[in-house]
Amino acid sequence: MAKLPLPKEEYLYRGHAACPGCGAPLAMRYTMKALGPRVIMNVPAGCTPVIGGVWPRTAFKFDMMDHAFESTGAVSSGIRAALDAKGIEDATVLGWAGDGGTVDIGLQALSGAVDRGTDFIYVMMDNEAYMNTGIQCSGSTPIGAWTTTTPLGKKCEIILQRKKKIMEMMVANGIVYGATVNVAYPEDFVKRVRKATEYEGPKFIHALSPCAPGWRVDTAKTVEVARLATQTNMFPLYEVQGNEYRLTKTIKERKPVSEYLKTQGRFRRISEDMAIKIQAMVDEEYEELLRKVEQSKG
Amino acid sequence: MIEIITSNYAAAYAAKLSRVEVIAAYPITPQTSISEKLAELVDTGEMDAKYIKVESEHSAMAAVIGASYVGARTFTATSSQGLALMHENLIWAAGVNRPIVMPVAARALSGPWTIWSDHSDVISERDAGWMQFFCENNQETLDMTIMAYKIAEDREIMTPAMVIEDGFILSHTVEAVDMPSQEEVDDFLPPFDPEFKIDFKSEPRRYAGVLAPDWWQEHRYRRMLDMEHSKEKIVEVERDFERRFGRSYGGLVEFYRCDDADVALVIAGAPTGTAKDVVDEMRDRGKKVGLVKLRSFRPFPGEELVKLNDMVSMVGVFDKSYTMGQGGAFFQEIRNALYSPDGVPIKNYIGGLGGRDVTKKNIELIFEDLLSLSKKGKVDRIIDWVALKGGPRRWE
Repeated sequence: MAKLPLPKEEYLYRGHAACPGCGAPLAMRYTMKALGPRVIMNVPAGCTPVIGGVWPRTAFKFDMMDHAFESTGAVSSGIRAALDAKGIEDATVLGWAGDGGTVDIGLQALSGAVDRGTDFIYVMMDNEAYMNTGIQCSGSTPIGAWTTTTPLGKKCEIILQRKKKIMEMMVANGIVYGATVNVAYPEDFVKRVRKATEYEGPKFIHALSPCAPGWRVDTAKTVEVARLATQTNMFPLYEVQGNEYRLTKTIKERKPVSEYLKTQGRFRRISEDMAIKIQAMVDEEYEELLRKVEQSKG
Repeated sequence: MIEIITSNYAAAYAAKLSRVEVIAAYPITPQTSISEKLAELVDTGEMDAKYIKVESEHSAMAAVIGASYVGARTFTATSSQGLALMHENLIWAAGVNRPIVMPVAARALSGPWTIWSDHSDVISERDAGWMQFFCENNQETLDMTIMAYKIAEDREIMTPAMVIEDGFILSHTVEAVDMPSQEEVDDFLPPFDPEFKIDFKSEPRRYAGVLAPDWWQEHRYRRMLDMEHSKEKIVEVERDFERRFGRSYGGLVEFYRCDDADVALVIAGAPTGTAKDVVDEMRDRGKKVGLVKLRSFRPFPGEELVKLNDMVSMVGVFDKSYTMGQGGAFFQEIRNALYSPDGVPIKNYIGGLGGRDVTKKNIELIFEDLLSLSKKGKVDRIIDWVALKGGPRRWE
């Protein structure tokens, strides 16, 4: 596959306040490279406001507003309505929230915005826990992962839940385009976000982005670990147009999930039995995805 | 042109006349007919605005905050539980200088369930950083909403405003309302033109980002100055309004027949009209009573109210809300404002809670109580509950 040349423009100044090895600035750089400068980004509580630095400085070279935790979908609808009222047609409204701000506390407003048919792109920056408050379990934390609220002691049943299937919820809700992307695949990332701009209506991008301190990985391994998530089918890359599914990354030699799990301290305490269960779950979910892809072809 | 309309419709027509550009709407009793009327006006093309059907009041406030950053004049309305649900975003809106105007059909906060009127919802938001204007009748709802935009959007103020109409008592009662023409309102209220907005004409900015401790206190100080400064602006805008439309309401507080009064009662919202009738009737019988209509609770008109110390010998304060363990909110703050070692005695009357009628008889008895206390020169019970079942006999 010919590689997509990434635009040279950068919309993040040097000196942002992300932790070493953070995936979020990568995700933001790729997103902005895809969208260009006529963007209004809105962001709730989370790591991103901190990454931008404190007033009067900002790391962001685009218009951006911070707001309350639950509000990303609603603020996006408001911005779009005002742009329409003002006759500004060529600007992209970008809602940018973490996994907690999306699958948990922000779900209602996001669902409302999709229901209203708001013309915007929503990027869920998924680092699989509440990382800004210090690694607490969110609805997007994977099964078996240690967090400070799922301490994996003797009674580890509290973490025996799967990640919420946010893409499925959004597809059912009525998005016009959805895609999973991964900071380990920048060309694909840019391509998917750019593709989202071709549609009018609500678009949902689910971006996997490791958190080195939260995942308990070496800060130099962010991209490596993120890539393993896709290579093991823990986080397959696909897109949905309407309800037609298409794989955007085919993994020729799928690696065992255990290879992904052992790279991260957060999975350190799970048993072999649990690892086998997770493998079975990942296989089952991947089969389900393939079925949808096949059905879409038919 | 005279229209016979409810206060809710007056609020909706005020939004239309103010050329609101973005409306966020969610139903709640007794505000709902504002949102319904606006939907109709937008649908028929009588009004040129974007109408966002949100999924909660929290989102309604979030949506208008977002729209306001793009320089749109925004509107939403709420009541009671909806206002409480908005709480977090009310504080955001004020903290980030969004001059949103929002009628509140004031209603008691549940539980147990109640849908009827009192002021406990808006009083609960007295620290949200919003201006709070209480309306006496439907005409004032219309006029105050239009004026509120002019005050809120002033570049030196940039503060959101609640226009408070007592639920059902005003929101659902029809009255004659003099509707100004669009041209007259256009001439009075210029388009919203904030100093900072996202229009892609200037360098990109970050709005409402993180303020560290070395600036947060200065930010709060600046918001305090904005609120203080709004006092002059409210008076100035009302004078301008009066010159153009021939109606005025007395600025921050209206002193009604207080000049030679022995006692005065401070009151806000819909009961004011009833109380004015009582004052007139008692005056006819030679009783020297006066009324103080509290129009603006935020900003709080302490300098105006302190004049009462020299005007009367006894002050009563009527509250349609109760702060547990402390008496009504108006009372607490007015007593603070009036306090001095030789200040006038002051007494609190709690009534009209959860939709209980505030009758002429109630108010007359309050005045009689004040007159008899003024002869004694001191207050017996500091807080009295009006017409409470099983309460003191004089309220029967």
